Amino acid sequence: MADHDAHGEHVQHTEHVVPISTYVGVFLVLLVGTALTTGVAYIDLGRWNTVVALIIAVTKMLFVVLFFMHVKYNPGLTRIVIVGAFFWLGIMICFSMADELTRSWEYNPLPWNSSIILPYIQHFLF
Amino acid sequence: MSETALHHANPTGFAHQFEDLEQQHEAGRLGMWIFLATEILFFGGMFTAYTIYRALHLPAFVIGSHLLEVQFGATNTVVLICSSLTMALAIRAAQTGKEKSTIIMWLVLTMILGATFLGLKLRFEWYHDYVEHIVPGFGFVYRPEWGSLAPSVQMFMCFYFFMTGLHALHMVVGLGILAVLVGMAGKGKFTSQYYVPLEISGLYWHFVDIVWIFLFPLLYLIGGRYASGGH
Repeated sequence: MADHDAHGEHVQHTEHVVPISTYVGVFLVLLVGTALTTGVAYIDLGRWNTVVALIIAVTKMLFVVLFFMHVKYNPGLTRIVIVGAFFWLGIMICFSMADELTRSWEYNPLPWNSSIILPYIQHFLF
Repeated sequence: MSETALHHANPTGFAHQFEDLEQQHEAGRLGMWIFLATEILFFGGMFTAYTIYRALHLPAFVIGSHLLEVQFGATNTVVLICSSLTMALAIRAAQTGKEKSTIIMWLVLTMILGATFLGLKLRFEWYHDYVEHIVPGFGFVYRPEWGSLAPSVQMFMCFYFFMTGLHALHMVVGLGILAVLVGMAGKGKFTSQYYVPLEISGLYWHFVDIVWIFLFPLLYLIGGRYASGGH
């Protein structure tokens, strides 16, 4: 692409044309990933089945994001937005899980009954 | 000045508030990424709920997952990956200044693949699920072999339909966007200088592909398939 620089300053060009061979390569990686994740599901790895499935999914995502979505050739600002989005997603999942998995459920099924509930409240407050 | 004359005077679609075309493209791209960040959190809410319920009801989720047909999930994954490739090639055709017929060809191919995904989903999965009485709210029938897990199996199917449904809705919106792009390409709007609408629509399309990349193993492959021996 011809440089069009009206201000006489250096313009950093991010308009990168990705070669077709790169696109086809990424496409093949994604196909292999799909075959792999499907195949692994038929092998008993115990709890590692989920871990392997997620590792493959994240790898596939990285290939799509970096090459199909051009993030590899984009300025760092784009990466900050993406990392920020996943950071907030991490907060949402981790904090929700921490709450859900560490909460004591034993008082939960109690029906509303002031003679049962009030002693608990008094117990925790005083 | 007529619109055609304007277009000829400004073939790059350059808007005066930007320093240069480069900055304009970056602003458009960044705006789309911020929208996609909200989409990540939008889908993230469902993935969070899914993660918690899966942790609490794993045995029921395994039963529910085995009700789904892996071959359709895998086929649709491949269909979507192909559509991502054709989308990327549509943008590349514009970048390299190919004729508008080339851009339209790749866009239409992407639409055909997207429609194939939705067709397979409706005809061979959701319709099949309806016939099998495993659609919550539409005559869901508890099977005796599920025992006391039956309500949680139904909960898994709720997750399945809401997550794949939300994804399918995004596909329908994507098809609409692609139709608009075909129209724009037909009018010769895209040049090697101006293809931002193509590029940011591509970002959306690839994002929807990524959601499916996670939905496929998380919904279809829970607990592995080795124990079921087919069904």
